[in-house]
Amino acid sequence: MLVSATWLREWVSSRIDVRELAERLTMGGLEVGGVQPVAGNLDKVLVGEIVDVEPHPRSAALKVCRVNVGRARPLQIVCGAPNAQAGRKVPTALIGTVLPDGRRLEKVRIRDVVSSGMLCSSAELGFDEDAAALMVLDDDAGPGTPLSDYLGLDDVSIEIDLTPNRGDCLSIAGVARDLSALTGSPLQSPDIRKVPARSRRRIPIRLEAPEDCPRYVGRIIEGIDPAARTPDWMRERLRRVGLRPISPVVDVTNYVMTELGQPMHAFDLARIARGIVVRRARVGERLVLLDGAAPELDGDALVIADRNAAVALAGVMGGRDSGIGPETRDILLEAAYFDPLTVARCARRYGLSTDASHRFERGVDPMLQALATERATRFLVDIAGGTPGPLVEAVSRPHLPRRSVIGLRYARIERVLGLKIPRRSVESILLRLGMSVRKAREGWRVTRPSYRSDLEKEHDLIEEVARVHGYDAVPSRPPQTGVSARRHPEAEVPVAQLRSTLINRDYHEAITYSFVDPALQALVAPRQAPVALTNPIASNMAVMRVSLITGLLQALAVNHSRQHRRIRLFEVGRVFEPAPDGSAEQGRLAAVATGLALPQQWGAPERAVDFFDVKADVEAVLAWSAASGAVGFRRTRRPGLHPGMSADILKSNRRIGWVGQIHPDIQRHLDIGQPVFVFELALEALQQGRVPSYARVSRFPASRRDLSVVVDADVEAEQLRRTAQSAAGSALVNFELFDEYRGKGIDSKRKSLAFGLTFQDNSRTLTDVEIDALVKRVIAAVESKLGAELRH
Amino acid sequence: MDDIEQLASEAIGAIDAADGPAALEALRVRYLGKSGVLTEALKSIGALPPEQRRRVGQTVNQAKQQIQARIGARRSELDAETLARRLEDESVDVTLPGRGAGVGGPHPITRTLGRMVEIFERLGFDVAEGPEIEDDFHNFEALNIPADHPARAMHDTFYVDGGLLLRTHTSPVQIRYMQHNKPPLQVVAPGRVYRCDSDVTHTPMFHQLEGLAVSEATTFADLKGVLVYFVRQFFEADLGVRFRPSYFPFTEPSAEVDVSCVFCEGGGCRVCKQSGWLEVLGCGMVHPEVFRHVGVDSERYTGYAFGMGIERLAMLRYGVDDLRLFFENDLNVLRQFR
Repeated sequence: MLVSATWLREWVSSRIDVRELAERLTMGGLEVGGVQPVAGNLDKVLVGEIVDVEPHPRSAALKVCRVNVGRARPLQIVCGAPNAQAGRKVPTALIGTVLPDGRRLEKVRIRDVVSSGMLCSSAELGFDEDAAALMVLDDDAGPGTPLSDYLGLDDVSIEIDLTPNRGDCLSIAGVARDLSALTGSPLQSPDIRKVPARSRRRIPIRLEAPEDCPRYVGRIIEGIDPAARTPDWMRERLRRVGLRPISPVVDVTNYVMTELGQPMHAFDLARIARGIVVRRARVGERLVLLDGAAPELDGDALVIADRNAAVALAGVMGGRDSGIGPETRDILLEAAYFDPLTVARCARRYGLSTDASHRFERGVDPMLQALATERATRFLVDIAGGTPGPLVEAVSRPHLPRRSVIGLRYARIERVLGLKIPRRSVESILLRLGMSVRKAREGWRVTRPSYRSDLEKEHDLIEEVARVHGYDAVPSRPPQTGVSARRHPEAEVPVAQLRSTLINRDYHEAITYSFVDPALQALVAPRQAPVALTNPIASNMAVMRVSLITGLLQALAVNHSRQHRRIRLFEVGRVFEPAPDGSAEQGRLAAVATGLALPQQWGAPERAVDFFDVKADVEAVLAWSAASGAVGFRRTRRPGLHPGMSADILKSNRRIGWVGQIHPDIQRHLDIGQPVFVFELALEALQQGRVPSYARVSRFPASRRDLSVVVDADVEAEQLRRTAQSAAGSALVNFELFDEYRGKGIDSKRKSLAFGLTFQDNSRTLTDVEIDALVKRVIAAVESKLGAELRH
Repeated sequence: MDDIEQLASEAIGAIDAADGPAALEALRVRYLGKSGVLTEALKSIGALPPEQRRRVGQTVNQAKQQIQARIGARRSELDAETLARRLEDESVDVTLPGRGAGVGGPHPITRTLGRMVEIFERLGFDVAEGPEIEDDFHNFEALNIPADHPARAMHDTFYVDGGLLLRTHTSPVQIRYMQHNKPPLQVVAPGRVYRCDSDVTHTPMFHQLEGLAVSEATTFADLKGVLVYFVRQFFEADLGVRFRPSYFPFTEPSAEVDVSCVFCEGGGCRVCKQSGWLEVLGCGMVHPEVFRHVGVDSERYTGYAFGMGIERLAMLRYGVDDLRLFFENDLNVLRQFR
């Protein structure tokens, strides 16, 4: 909402300067987003009168004008504008003027003719973009008057960012009312008098949907002058609030809407058949609107109709066929109150948002229609002549918004605000806001003004009192630290600890979008149907992720394309799966890694990251929540992963995630030329830790024996460990696999595994004989169960 | 006698000149060995007259001890020299980089959020989470934003299959928390939120932190106190804070909170658009309609709520000037937040 400071001050007399005014509005809840001067410095631009126009001797496109700027001798100015005609009053820039675009005017010869100034278009003055023609001023403008005096350019446009509850401030009058309440400066509304009818022609009005439109005011004005021109003062004011002058009828309705907040519409009376009916649209009814759209209406749309057909979409937009044109002489003015929800639904249903619908949705004053019509009639008759008929008002009083009495308890104000405001101040604030106030036992009984439809309950009034009294006056009470409600069970591993673990293992945390590219996700997790967005913002952000890996791979690809070769990223976040009752969300922790295992460095051989590096990262993250024996890895074939390098991750035999190398197909899809390793884990499982429980440490010496066996290549290390453990029993306290070897000296289908066995007892020192016996049992077991042969 | 003293003096000179353990050992053998010079001298004492034996014996023994001590001292000296030489040889270029794995870092949003939550936990706030795919009731209806309310236009909502939506703010967690916890209560709820909007200053996903406190005595003055404490703790500066009347359907009175600009200290700059103030969050007293939806008696209880954008605070705190950087995950950016 733009307001002109001059216009505003006409409504509220206040001596405070613009800066202070903006501050008061902002601190009163009408946030000022910006203050712009309405014009640059134009002190060398005067009102000029074109005395005569001669053709330019050397150019058919140019004219030589003599221009009266109130001096003894007129100026000679060369001009190319088609509307440079004798008798016209136009803004004339003298030599020495610096135009808003920075040009400085000099005395010049244009094709041998001296030009001592410039006749200006509105674009050249910085007013708008219209550069095609000279800006034409009213005929009675006095030649020689500085343009800024003539147009009152010592003014600013104030932009107010209104919150949706303050529909009452969508007008000069509304902002003035609030400013008056905030500052105590008196409101001085202009004297708007009734314009007596000079004809008897009445428009019949029928309200067929009174709940949607309880009040409709119409007035016929006949015989306006289609050639009339909107005067400069009105054109200027419209420009300052961001509206373009179009024609007197349109300009007047816009002016009244801006000034009073009542959207108005004008019909060409010749196109209205025998009166107005306000009704719901007939299903399938079509209406061609002013913007050319022709929506097919449903039964919820409210229309203004004549006896034949709909002529306007109520409160939203007029119809094209009933609109006024350059020939229109007889018009019907409309000012109505429409139900906010009806207009809001209609505007949204047909995708329309207009100045009118914006105001109706936020609530127009239901008492304003007659006043606005009188105001508009007066302006129109003054500008374009015409004979006004009687003002016709159709009203359904039971359907007008009710203004119930609101109880306001004095004690409640302090209870909510933590501030005691004197009773007299509360009363004064309510009165300044236009309320009627009666004393009651616990406080007051308050009736709101008709224009404040947002005030319904006691807390609405408390907010008003606080706002006008000033939030600054409310003390800032130091925090009362209570006992924290938060419990931190020791067994629960904090997510921050999991993050730190990966950060300390050289991963950077990423945050990727929860919606991902369906094509990439289908490669990563082809078996899972994702939750799809109905209105995605882009086709590559169209489905919710079922795995964090999708987004991480995209982030990895972006970094790869920016020349990073060693990329290690992790993310903690949710995945979304369709579920019977909508969707299920699950927390995950996932990581991707590619490039060198260690940062490139001296004194250490370069080596690419591999499955076992990433597996160690998984184990490190899991170490917080699981004893080492509780974690397992089981070979699997997961789509999207290298079939020989993918594993399920188990915790206490439950599958909690997966790890592996990304399938080369996906690597190619992402245009990454090096292997990428990934893992993903269920966050819940990672957080489910345990409180440590002490186990006595043996004081007796441990003994270690190393063995080396040859087994078939598909025998897994884990099988070897389990076989050894079950053969040796509890005396085997540690099994350490320290070498795997394939190649020279070993059958190509077999491999050698070397491991250390550590034996220890809690109550005594084991003898060599006992240990030898245990080792023999281990050897026998791996030979018989795994087909192992001992290497010597 | 004089011979002995002469001999000892010679020996000491030789020991001091010895340049290594081998030379020193040779000297020891020569003077103190089984057939060394002094050993022989001692053996020959028997041939002396008895009155001289004692005196000569003492002299020889003194010389032996002297030489012995000198050899020991010289040996220590030589050992120290050897060690010093070896240590010198072992010296390294201390400016070579350290070896091993590097260190990553947290995302700036996580870092910011962590600090924010920590400040509120210090004040006794619980921390709660809620679903990101929400229903209309929790995201709008219960927060006093009925269908067709103009405030809905401010939330460009993403919808998913089945009529659900991606939450447009963290406020639904207020509702869920009050459905499961009775007042008095204090809670913050951080998380991802979504709006169907993408340009230079908007990303379709961002993060918020919601706060809620309800008791039989909570007032607007408490809200001001907590938030002033928060922003001053967060920015580690005694910033000016102002509360401006505003509008949110789920609070009344409502306010927007501005802090004096952290870049120009209120003087006016590009970031604060010359106003000297930066808007950092929205807040207000819980609307009685919200209490009604969760069955809290609004006559007995009052509460406040607030919501703030994590990205906004992170940008102000770290001087990030492009919101979109947070979701590009460029390592060159992430590395700056370790």
